[in-house]
Amino acid sequence: MPSPRYWREVPARFRLEAVRCRGCGKVVYPARRVCPGCRGTDLEPLALSRSGTVVTSTVIHVAPAEFAMETPYAVAIVETPEGARLMAQVVDCELPEVKPGLKVNLEFRLIRQEGHGGILCYGHKAVPEA
Amino acid sequence: MRDVAIVAAGMTRFGELWDASLRDLFAEAATEALKNAKADHLDALFVGNMSAGQFVGQEHLGPLLADELGMAGVAAARVESACASGGVALRSAFIEVASGASDVVLAAGVEKMTDSTEVTEVLATASDQELEAYHGITFPGLYAMIARAHMERWGTTEEDLSWVSVKNHKHGALNPKAQFRSAVSLDDVMRSSPVAEPLRLLHCSPVSDGAAAVLVVPLADAKRYTDRPVRIAASGLATGPMALASRKDIAFLDAVEASARRAYKMAGHGPADINVAEVHDCFAIAEICAIEALGLVERGTGNAAARKGDTALGGRLPVNTSGGLKAKGHPVGATGIAQAIEIFEQLRGEAGARQVADARVGLTQNMGGSGASSVVHIFERV
Amino acid sequence: MAGIVGYGAYIPRKRITAQEIARQWGKDPATIEQGLLLKEKSVPGLDEDTVTIAVAAGRVALQRAGIDPQKVGALYIGSESHPYAVKPSGTIVVEALGIGPRVHVADMEFACKAGTEAMFVALGLVESGRVEYAMGIGADTSQGAPNDALEFSASAGGAAYLFGRADPLAEVLETFSYTTDTPDFWRREGRFYPRHGGRFTGEPAYFKHVLAATRGILEKSGLKPQDFAFAVFHMPNGKFPLAAGKTLGFTKRQLETGWLVPTMGNTYSGSSPTGLAAVLDVAAAGDLILITSFGSGAGSDSFVLKATPRLAERRRLGATVRAMLDGKRRYLTYGQYASYREKIILND
Repeated sequence: MPSPRYWREVPARFRLEAVRCRGCGKVVYPARRVCPGCRGTDLEPLALSRSGTVVTSTVIHVAPAEFAMETPYAVAIVETPEGARLMAQVVDCELPEVKPGLKVNLEFRLIRQEGHGGILCYGHKAVPEA
Repeated sequence: MRDVAIVAAGMTRFGELWDASLRDLFAEAATEALKNAKADHLDALFVGNMSAGQFVGQEHLGPLLADELGMAGVAAARVESACASGGVALRSAFIEVASGASDVVLAAGVEKMTDSTEVTEVLATASDQELEAYHGITFPGLYAMIARAHMERWGTTEEDLSWVSVKNHKHGALNPKAQFRSAVSLDDVMRSSPVAEPLRLLHCSPVSDGAAAVLVVPLADAKRYTDRPVRIAASGLATGPMALASRKDIAFLDAVEASARRAYKMAGHGPADINVAEVHDCFAIAEICAIEALGLVERGTGNAAARKGDTALGGRLPVNTSGGLKAKGHPVGATGIAQAIEIFEQLRGEAGARQVADARVGLTQNMGGSGASSVVHIFERV
Repeated sequence: MAGIVGYGAYIPRKRITAQEIARQWGKDPATIEQGLLLKEKSVPGLDEDTVTIAVAAGRVALQRAGIDPQKVGALYIGSESHPYAVKPSGTIVVEALGIGPRVHVADMEFACKAGTEAMFVALGLVESGRVEYAMGIGADTSQGAPNDALEFSASAGGAAYLFGRADPLAEVLETFSYTTDTPDFWRREGRFYPRHGGRFTGEPAYFKHVLAATRGILEKSGLKPQDFAFAVFHMPNGKFPLAAGKTLGFTKRQLETGWLVPTMGNTYSGSSPTGLAAVLDVAAAGDLILITSFGSGAGSDSFVLKATPRLAERRRLGATVRAMLDGKRRYLTYGQYASYREKIILND
């Protein structure tokens, strides 16, 4: 992933910056110009809570090369209290516990790296609540 | 709009075709279609291809492949909608002919996947790169999430998924062009290695090479090329939210439903009129979701269809008589055209051991990504 | 008076036991457990590094302080395992914490002392009035070479301290630093594992600097060991801090709260700062606390702190160090450990 493309996503990936549509109230992550719910363009910034609930999930056994050393690993769609949904790996967990309804916190983690010489790409992963 | 028909088809075998390049594959399928129709020229060529740029480092397939046929000069372009590229190429040809812009159009699809060592990564480019692929999700992973959501919502089981694979392998065993011409048992499927839970290896379509082509002409001209044309009664294309997280119901494929609604309306048919269907079973769960969204079964009951034999040859509504993507193979860009060829053969009564008796109306459904794009065609025997 | 207005710590949830490492290399686990007083250590996941540890600890520090991150005027992060050789860790940390861009940021390195070094500089800027709030962080994901004695101790974790003048949780009464050039432990540029001088790391390095800095701060502050409720000394292994404390006249009771090394390992730049965090998790208003770090190379920083009544109400806003050490953990085999620590050679 070339640096500018990574850098551009920093507000969403580092701080979970989203928007709430003033027209229909929909919370959209990451921020967009047009509300996918009502096509409104009056959107206010909002940072998502670093917590949520697993909506659906999987455990990856055959991974892209970059993630091969992490298998098996869980990936889930997590819904935050604001109603936004996002995809994230679930880590520091027992894989069978990653099921719909699992309460998680979102923690800042290294997500991927461009080989040994490239930039390090950070973001959030979900960790089951203690 | 003019009525449109398919008058000829050509297709390579699907599989790991180490000896054939992308152009070899295309040329074999295209020349076969042209030869069968005894067509000496083309007005236009549409090539469905997902990712030759990444699989073999070759973009700009329109002129490359027109030239390969000795037809440099013809109007030609590549069409891309991930795994629905072939279906969208067919739609492009359909509209080109229906509109009156062209009279002889080749709709082709081709993918050369086995030259690449990064197939998982390339396929993942059809997901949302920033929101999904970034986090290490794969295509099996996305459909696995859909499967778990379907299990959660409708009580679908891993065994339900496995019956889809058993059925499609049974069909594929009857198809000389299929990548896998062997039956598998329920136990084989249930014990295959996990890919993305709950999906196992035998719930997943393979990595394949292959090409397919159909010749599309005005129905009025069809008898010049064949005595058994098949009419394209409708084409419906729809999209849905790209990221799985953005969908209202993760267990339901909205784009498939919308594409079907448009096609049914155009054809003046409903799901009850369909005698045979080819749907996009890139993973076992995809067939279950597709037949629900197409209205071929009640919502939430797709899980039982294969187990009960409803969708098997000889059942109420045979689905994926070709073996589907699972057994026939899934060279992604070629799939949409290959589906149309199966229905073309079924409606012409040429499907041999796979023949559905007295098939008059058939449907194909081809989708891109995790179902963010879907294209449905309805065909009629003339 | 300036002091700590917020603090936080983070320890990864994976562990490896001294027994498992000893088994791998055919060593007697009893000599490690009883000789070095090391039972197990934390291990970072492939997705944890100095930056993610710093962000996790820094976030809790901000929570406990309850201040707007935009008011933080400086952030320093001390580590000997910054993920980039060139490119700051601190810039990633401030972006993630919502600090800046009007902020002064620097990465520091001074072997195991870089954490208190960051704290020292942050405190100084606040005391001078140059900035309203400043954060000093010590975090590491240290590597010990396979089959080296350090492999039993080198672990991962860290702590973050936010300094300010209003409403401190603990006031900083005094500081003292003691530094000489002593090559007891080092890692050359481009080398994966550090090297050390064996027993040379003890008497002329650790003990000389820890004792001198502690004696210096006691003299400067006019305090005696018995005045303190708690004392924390850098923890390269279980034995050294206890021996240093004993020599200086501190009791086991004063030391044990911050003596985390038997089950945490040595978190290098995060070592004594994490020990201090464990003390702040339990200290009562008015308690005096001593912390002395040590960094090879070599030097020590000492701080004298006094807990305020505010500490008890604010510390509830984050997890305690004890909870992280004793809470949910996953024990690794040596093979898993080698994989997580990227000790296995792979093709690019």
